[in-house]
Amino acid sequence: MWDYTEKVLDLFYNPKNQGAIAADNESGIAVVFGEVGSIACGDALRLHLKIEIAQDKILDARFQTFGCTSAIASSSALTELIKGLTLDEALKITNREIADYLGGLPEAKMHCSVMGQEALEAAIYKYRGIEVEHHEEEEGALVCRCFGISEPKIRRVIIENDLTTVEQVSNYIKAGGGCGSCLAGIEDLIQAIQAEKAATSARVNAELAIAQDYRPLTTLQKINLIQQVLTEEVRPVLLADGGDVELYDVKDDVVQVILKGACGSCSSSTTTLKIAIESRLKERVLPSLVVEAV
Amino acid sequence: MTVIYLDNNATTKVDPAVIDAMLPYLSEYYGNPSSMHTFGGQVGKAIRDARSHIAQLLGAEESEIIFTSCGTESNNTAIRTALAAQPDRRHIITTQVEHPCVLNVCKQLEKQGYTVTYLSVDWQGQIDLLELEAAITGNTALVTTMYANNETGVVFPIEQIGAIAKAAGATFHVDAVQVAGKLPLSMKDSTIDLLTISGHKLHAPKGIGVLYVRRGFRFRAFLLGGHQERGRRAGTENVPGIIGLGKAAEIANFELKYMHRETRLRDRLEQGLLSRIADCEINGHPTQRLPNTTNIGFKYIEGEAILFSLNQYGICASSGSACTSGSLEPSHVLRAMGLPYTILHGSIRFSLSRFTTEAEVDRVLEVMPGIVNRLRELSPFTSDSAGWLQERDMTIAGAAT
Ligand SMILES: Cc1ncc(COP(=O)(O)O)c(C=O)c1O
Ligand code: FES
Repeated sequence: MWDYTEKVLDLFYNPKNQGAIAADNESGIAVVFGEVGSIACGDALRLHLKIEIAQDKILDARFQTFGCTSAIASSSALTELIKGLTLDEALKITNREIADYLGGLPEAKMHCSVMGQEALEAAIYKYRGIEVEHHEEEEGALVCRCFGISEPKIRRVIIENDLTTVEQVSNYIKAGGGCGSCLAGIEDLIQAIQAEKAATSARVNAELAIAQDYRPLTTLQKINLIQQVLTEEVRPVLLADGGDVELYDVKDDVVQVILKGACGSCSSSTTTLKIAIESRLKERVLPSLVVEAV
Repeated sequence: MTVIYLDNNATTKVDPAVIDAMLPYLSEYYGNPSSMHTFGGQVGKAIRDARSHIAQLLGAEESEIIFTSCGTESNNTAIRTALAAQPDRRHIITTQVEHPCVLNVCKQLEKQGYTVTYLSVDWQGQIDLLELEAAITGNTALVTTMYANNETGVVFPIEQIGAIAKAAGATFHVDAVQVAGKLPLSMKDSTIDLLTISGHKLHAPKGIGVLYVRRGFRFRAFLLGGHQERGRRAGTENVPGIIGLGKAAEIANFELKYMHRETRLRDRLEQGLLSRIADCEINGHPTQRLPNTTNIGFKYIEGEAILFSLNQYGICASSGSACTSGSLEPSHVLRAMGLPYTILHGSIRFSLSRFTTEAEVDRVLEVMPGIVNRLRELSPFTSDSAGWLQERDMTIAGAAT
């Protein structure tokens, strides 16, 4: 028997915001839904959003869920969390916030919260006209055939939730929980990400120490460092989301980049820029850097 | 809240008469049956009586009964001893729907160089004897199958399987854990060499099992040590467990003739659910089935959510859905039957016992339609989304194979 929190059981027995949202053609309002999962997987969520177009804001959110107790509770929690947010704010919701809202989920049920986060993304991307799935298939090799899960998705969940074991990955996104033939592949990914993390921070720190201790960065050093941080720390995260970035030029403190894939066509790209790239470069290379898309 | 216990294939309530029989052996009579004093000797006598009741339940001789710690141990022992009896035969035949304590042993044996044939089942959970005949060879050391399936209750044609096994000179082991106390058994005129039963499925406590070993079978002990069970299963006896199982067997012998009562209640439950709730189906064979079990697939909703809803009313059942097992994959039994995913994930097993009452069955009939309707209202799938659903179903099913 699963050890669910009171909150999970409460939202299961008395869910909030269940059902669909009718598209009634109000002016200035858009209605859209995003879906993830399937009957085969054992859970599926269709998330309906009512969006105020001018403000880019979620007026109402409702769900239809096929799944277990915690899948239903997670869906209901998600709708509560995102009502009133702008789409950019909503996109920042992580699966962990959904789980936290519920007072925690059993480890083996974390995938229910991931499903919520994915449905939200699917709905918003659909509204913005971005094709994500395409991208994932092109970019990432299928790692887990049983559950149809590709490498970028596994990378992302490992990075975002700091996962260290294969069991955790199965609990969060199911990969590896079927025939088990992909377990070794997932293990390799975990190891690779951990190695990347360790190597990047060690190397960048060392170089920064050298650079800062002696004299101001030369333009060459600066460009090299920016390039390195982009490749090792920024691109993996963007790739996991189906996006990518390329360094175009550096003029004094202005870093010019080209955004690609999902990031390029996505109107949240300014957010992506500021948060993912600029802050990272400021922190790692020079606090005075400004990022600009070209 | 009073509990309505309809999960008797998972485990059963210990019969109060069984507890009464056991209690003295947990308090006053704590002697070791192997000891050379009357105090211990009394215990030895009680064990003999228990053994005789169990022999009677199985239609076997007392010397053919070995006490073990559980069904799992009996199955492990049976498989190992069968292979040891004919060491130059390297092939095993079993089915895809066995309990994990058989399947996982077979998987390990495959790694050790054995070849294992896992017989398939049809959509009603029944095996095909022709497939068995085609698979068996002079290299087959063991045919091991269950008598009846724990999830669906489907009963296999045991004597026909046994005849085929014997003709090829293979040992025949039967996992009868779900059958003892539910269907009459007679080892005397049977092709079965080895047979497993487990106490906690027939109103005895957990932690006591039996392995029947046909007289004359070249048995090799699994646990080595003292001379308990005539050297065939070492370890000081679980005396209270044995006494309890003896009593449970004695009661079961008597109760077997009233099994039609359970069948009637099961049918009342099953027919009641099918008539009150749309889009649900029985999983398993309509007639070749245990009298106490029904497994029903409720489309468009998920089993774990149904169980938690039932739990609110104190009703205990089980499900083959992935979320229930925690294994991320739905029941291997229902999958082997090739059922659609919507049935797999929405399957609920109700298993009755002689303690089940008509009022309890009627209570389930009263609350179940509301539970199913509520979850269906929450679900994005409905009967009119069937096209979309099937398309989804296929994609993933294709990816999985
Ligand atoms: C068919 C079958 N075989 C074996 C077992 C294992 O028995 P035990 O729980 O006594 O180890 C069970 C019980 O779950 C069972 O249903
Ligand atoms: S391929 Fe990942 S579990 Fe089967």
